[in-house]
Amino acid sequence: MNKTHTRLDIIKSGLGKRYAKERLFKALGFSAIVIALAMLMVLFTTIIGNGYSAFQQTFIKLDITFDEAVIDPDKTLDPDVLAGADYSGIVKKSLRKVFPDVKKRKQKRDLYSLASQGAAYQLRAMVLENPSVIGTTQSLWVPADDDVDMYMKGHIQGGESSSRINQDKLDWINVFKGNSAIEKKFNIALFTNGDSREPELAGIWGAVAGSLYTMVVTLLLSFPLGVATAVYLEEFAPKNIWTDIIEVNINNLAAVPSIVFGLLGLAVFLNFFSLPRSAPMVGGLVLTLMTLPTIIITSRVALQSVPPSIREGALGVGASKMQSVTHHVLPLALPGMLTGTIIGMARALGETAPLLMIGMVAFIVDIPTGILDKATVLPVQIYLWADSPERAFVERTSAAIMVLLAFLLIMNSLAVVLRRKFERRW
Amino acid sequence: MKKIAIILSAGVFMLIAGFSSITVAAGRDYISIVGSSTVYPFSTVVAEQFGRATNFKTPKVEATGSGGGLKLFCSGVGISLPDIANSSRRIKKSEVELCAKNGIKEITEIKIGYDGIVLANAASSKRMKISSKEIFLSLAKDVPSGVGESLIPNPYRTWKDINPALPSAKIEVLGPPPTSGTRDAFSELAMEGGCSEFKWIKALKKKDKKKYKAICHAVREDGAYIEAGENDVLIVKKLEANPEAFGIFGFSFLDQNEDRVQGSIIDGQEPTFENISAGMYPVSRALYFYVKKAHVGIIPGIKEYIAEFASDKAVGEEGYLIDKGLIPMPENEMEQFRKDGEMLKNLSL
Repeated sequence: MNKTHTRLDIIKSGLGKRYAKERLFKALGFSAIVIALAMLMVLFTTIIGNGYSAFQQTFIKLDITFDEAVIDPDKTLDPDVLAGADYSGIVKKSLRKVFPDVKKRKQKRDLYSLASQGAAYQLRAMVLENPSVIGTTQSLWVPADDDVDMYMKGHIQGGESSSRINQDKLDWINVFKGNSAIEKKFNIALFTNGDSREPELAGIWGAVAGSLYTMVVTLLLSFPLGVATAVYLEEFAPKNIWTDIIEVNINNLAAVPSIVFGLLGLAVFLNFFSLPRSAPMVGGLVLTLMTLPTIIITSRVALQSVPPSIREGALGVGASKMQSVTHHVLPLALPGMLTGTIIGMARALGETAPLLMIGMVAFIVDIPTGILDKATVLPVQIYLWADSPERAFVERTSAAIMVLLAFLLIMNSLAVVLRRKFERRW
Repeated sequence: MKKIAIILSAGVFMLIAGFSSITVAAGRDYISIVGSSTVYPFSTVVAEQFGRATNFKTPKVEATGSGGGLKLFCSGVGISLPDIANSSRRIKKSEVELCAKNGIKEITEIKIGYDGIVLANAASSKRMKISSKEIFLSLAKDVPSGVGESLIPNPYRTWKDINPALPSAKIEVLGPPPTSGTRDAFSELAMEGGCSEFKWIKALKKKDKKKYKAICHAVREDGAYIEAGENDVLIVKKLEANPEAFGIFGFSFLDQNEDRVQGSIIDGQEPTFENISAGMYPVSRALYFYVKKAHVGIIPGIKEYIAEFASDKAVGEEGYLIDKGLIPMPENEMEQFRKDGEMLKNLSL
C-alpha cells in the first residue's frame, strides 16, 4: 500500500514537468507553422501586390479610318498586299486628327508613341479577317504604349521632370481622359500572346504551351518507365548486391542538382542524337531523367504498403505471379504512384536550370505547335521578364509567377484529392 | 489494366524509336541566334519586328553570354548550330581559331552600336562627380601606397578618404560578377583608365603585361564591392532602398529608370545618350554580332535579318532600337556597317 503510494507520488511529482515539456513542444511546433505561414503570406502579398495590375491594360479609343488608298490602292484584295500595308501610318493619322495642332517633329514623335505598335497589328488582323472594313471609319479601342500604361496605373509620374511621360504627353493623356477615351480593360493579350519585347504585347501563352508539351513528353516517358522499374524491383527482382547497387544509385540520382541533368541532355540528346535545340522534346527528355528517381521511389513505397496477404491470396487461388501483380497489387498501389508522379511533375514544371543548357532559355515569339518546335517554358519566361529593363515587365513578371503558382497549386491539390479518394488503409 | 500497360509501353517504344528517325531529318526554317545578354534586348526587338514585318519566321534568340555564345557558334557548321552570335566585345583570336578548326572559315562581323556602362545612385541622393582615377582607387584590390612603386591593400573606407570633394558615405558599390561582360568592360574602361594614370603602372604595361592587368583589373574583396548577380533590375531596386550605395549597370537600365536612379558624372561627362554617342563618355563599348557565312542561303532570312538590323527603322535617328536604349554609331561608321552587312564581308582581325 505504502509502496504504490510512493510510486504514484513519484509519477505525480514528475507530471507537471512532463506536461510543461509537452506544452513547450506544442508551442514550438505551432510557432514554427505560424512563422512559415507568415513568410508565405509575405511572399503572396508582394507577388499579388506587384502583379495584380498586370491583369489590366490601358487602351485608347481612336477613330480609325481604313483608307482604301493606303491599304489597297489597286483594289486587288490580295492578302499579301493587305498584310503589307502601312497600318501604323493609319494609327498615326487618327492620332493627328485628335490633336491637329501638333506640328513640331519631336512633338509628333511623342504623340505617336502614345499608341502601342500593337495597334497596327490589331488593324492588320481586322482587315485580313474581314476585308469589307476597308473604306469605313470605326471607333476602336487600341492598346496604349507601356509608358502610358505605367502612368495610368500610377507606377511612374508624369510632368516636366519625367523623361518617359513629359508635359506634352501628360496633357494629351488628360484630353483623352476628359473624353473618356482612355480606359483600363482586362489584359487578354497577357494570356493569348507569345513573348514580345513590347510589354503591352507580351503574353505567357507561348510559354504555357511550351510547358504543356514538355510536361506531356515527361509524363509519357517517366510514368510508365518509373512504374515498370518500381514493379520489377519490388516484385520480381531477386534481393542481391546488384539490386542494392541499383537502389543506392536511384536514391542518389534523386539528389543530383538539376543543372547536371541539363549537361547530360546537352551531351547525349543534342550532341549525340543531334535532336533540335530548344525543343520541348529534349526538355521533356531531360526532365524525365530528373523526375524518374522521384517516381520510382514513391512507387516502390506505394507497392510496399500493399499487404503481403493480397499477393498470397491471389497466388493461393491460382493466379500467376504476373497476374497477382497486374490484377491486384498494381491497382491498389496506383493512387500512391499517381501522387508521386504528380509531385514529380510539379517539380519539373518549375525547373529552369537543366533547360538552360539545351537552349530553352530563349526569346521565342511564335506559339509552339509541336514537340519539335522551338519553345520555352513558364519559369524561363518569368526569368527572362525579370531581367528586362522596361518597367512594365515588373508587374508582368509577378503576374506570370501567379499563373505558375496557380498551376502548381492545382497539381498539388490534385495529388491530395487523389490520395484521399483512392487510398486504402489496412 | 493490362491494355493500358500495353498501350503505354507501346507509346514509350515509339517515342524512343522516333529519336533515330528525327535525328537526320528536320530542316530549320528560322534563324538561331545565341550570345551576349547585353545585346539580347536589342537583338530580340529586331527579331520580333523582322518576324512581324516579313514572311520569315521569327528568329530564336538565346541569352547565353558572349563567351558561351561564341563557343557554341564556333562549334561547327550545320542546321543544329546557331547562325548568328551576339557579343558585347570583339571576337577573340582564339575564338576565330576555334571556328577555323571546326570548319567555319568565313565569318562576317557586324558592329551595331554602343552601350554605356554607368555608375549610378538613387535619384533621391546627390549626383556624384568622379574621375576614373578615383573609381580605380575606390574599387581596386590594391592601390599604390604613394611611396615608390609599391602597393598596399585598399585602405579607403569612405569616398571622402579619396577626395574631400566626394561624399562622406561608406564606399558601397553593387555590380555584376566576374563572369559578366559588363564587368569585363567596366574593368577595362573605367578601372584601367584610372589605373594607367599612375605613371609607373602604365610603364608596367610594356614590361609585364600580366602584372599590369592584375593590378588594374583586380576588384577589392573586402565587402565594399558587392556582387549583385547579373540582374540589373535587382541592382536598381537595391539602390532605391539604400541611398548611399552605388551600382554598375548598362545605360539602357538607366534610360528606363531615370526617375529612380541617376548616373554619376565620370571625368566630367554625364552618361547621356548624346555623350556616349559622340564618344565623350569614357565608359562605353561597342556591341557586335557575327554571322556564319556558310549558313547564308541555307537558313532562310539571314540576309534580310541583317538588313533589318541596319535599316533606318531600327538604328536611324528615331529607330526602335534607339528607343530601347541602343546608342547608334556616327554616320560614316553606320554606312560601313550597312555595306559590310550587304556584302557579307569576311572578318579579319
